[in-house]
Amino acid sequence: MCPEISSESSIARVVPAVPFLVVAPDGHAHLVGSRCTDCGAIMPGRRIACAACGTRGRLESIQLAESGRLCSYTVVHRSFPGVTTPFVAAIVNLDGGGTLKGTLTDVTPDPRSLPYDMPVEIVYRDSGQKAADGSAFLSYYFVPSRRGHKND
Amino acid sequence: MTDVYIVGIDMIPFGRYPSRTVPELGAEAAWLALDDAGLGIRDMQALYCGNLMEAHLMVGQRILREMGLTGVSVTNVANACATGATAFREGLIAVKSGLYDVVLAVGVEQMGRGLLGGSGRSDGFVEEGALGSNTMPAMFAQIGVEHARKYGTTFEQFAKVAVKNHHHSTMNPKAMSQRETTLREVMEAEMISWPNTKLMCSINVDGAAAAVIASERAARRLGLMARAVRVRASEMTSGPYTPKEFAIPDFNEVTRNCTRLAYEHAGIGPDALDLVELHDCFATAELVHYENLGLCNEGEAGPMIDAGETTLGGRIPVNMSGGLLSKGHPLGATGIANLYEVATHLRGAAGARQVVGARMGLTHVVGGSFGRGSACVVHVLERV
Repeated sequence: MCPEISSESSIARVVPAVPFLVVAPDGHAHLVGSRCTDCGAIMPGRRIACAACGTRGRLESIQLAESGRLCSYTVVHRSFPGVTTPFVAAIVNLDGGGTLKGTLTDVTPDPRSLPYDMPVEIVYRDSGQKAADGSAFLSYYFVPSRRGHKND
Repeated sequence: MTDVYIVGIDMIPFGRYPSRTVPELGAEAAWLALDDAGLGIRDMQALYCGNLMEAHLMVGQRILREMGLTGVSVTNVANACATGATAFREGLIAVKSGLYDVVLAVGVEQMGRGLLGGSGRSDGFVEEGALGSNTMPAMFAQIGVEHARKYGTTFEQFAKVAVKNHHHSTMNPKAMSQRETTLREVMEAEMISWPNTKLMCSINVDGAAAAVIASERAARRLGLMARAVRVRASEMTSGPYTPKEFAIPDFNEVTRNCTRLAYEHAGIGPDALDLVELHDCFATAELVHYENLGLCNEGEAGPMIDAGETTLGGRIPVNMSGGLLSKGHPLGATGIANLYEVATHLRGAAGARQVVGARMGLTHVVGGSFGRGSACVVHVLERV
């Protein structure tokens, strides 16, 4: 999916906020993961050994799914100084494996509007933060699924 | 291998001591524990010191500068919220192995105020709010919400944990806060991270606790068996792999693994316990640990707190000290302070909060953080 950043020129000045977020030269962003060909575990990022079984050198690079379900969350009302609250911190089980933490956005930060297991998608957005060289930090966010969910 | 005993144990009242230093607080707790045993610093063959915030500053050696530079082996340990319990366990292992007869374990911490959790990134990116939350209340809130998702646990049930522990604390003169709260007051307090309100979060305080650990031979030689407390099990685990590992530490699995080993090595089950001090860093945590420690069946933690089973006088009193929610949570001291609480009950010396006839108790600490991992220590103590 393309980052939701408008101009061509800005794409060249994007820095991923996490190591497993990759922005291709054409501006397409995706999340890379590793799958252990021995035990099947799926982990974010590129790795030397499998965190689940310890096997070395048997990890294949994969693209993590961009859809999943809300496993758990909290509405953060008090955070570190300078951080805007409230926001929803979420744990999402990705379709096809892997679990990520992140911010669930485009929702009302109220438990009554956050059903357990709600389908979510991953989007890539300018975090609004800039690196020392002026580049924009691009991050991933969870949003409520706009397509409905394949299991629904 | 020898049985190992606690022959002296104590803690300073937890509170805020801005004019004191970490070594001063540690030494004060150590002297209390030595006095409890009737021993002196020159009797200690080694020191095991737990501290987190000054982990690179040789806290154990600095404690000996206060107490007497006896030149013995000093081991400084840091292990998140399991720091104090890890130091105690290292001392216990050394005695059990026969290397030493009598050693001292000290846990000590001076805390700032405010939220714990995040540390800055070198590239300047602020993760908080952009990649969820790294605060401790948020982490344990998400663990509670997951329990609610699975079992329908309610905000009110989580809040009842705080009401209970605050009630217990009114009987503990060493607790930072000794104030009764109502359910309504707890639920209406400032929301920190749903469903944990401010009164459902542990208090950041300064504190120190210490224990004198002895082999059976030494305890008998020194005439200390009458007040000795036997360590029936001492287990430690780190977070095992779970599919959620890279999103959030799994405090359930690490605790379950540790507890299983502790019951196995103690040769008992949870039914044999008379009291438990568990890691209630947040109210949500206490409920999930009822199940992790086998105090109730899966999904029954909510009904268990509703029925008052973990209140003084209930089936299995939990956190008689007031827990971290009221006693306070000086990270490095916590894991020895909870041993002090259980040992005090086993000695029949807990005053108004005494669990009558207590013979066997369990202590539990678990710590960790996002992107790092977790550590759990469980001890089973028995009246001699």
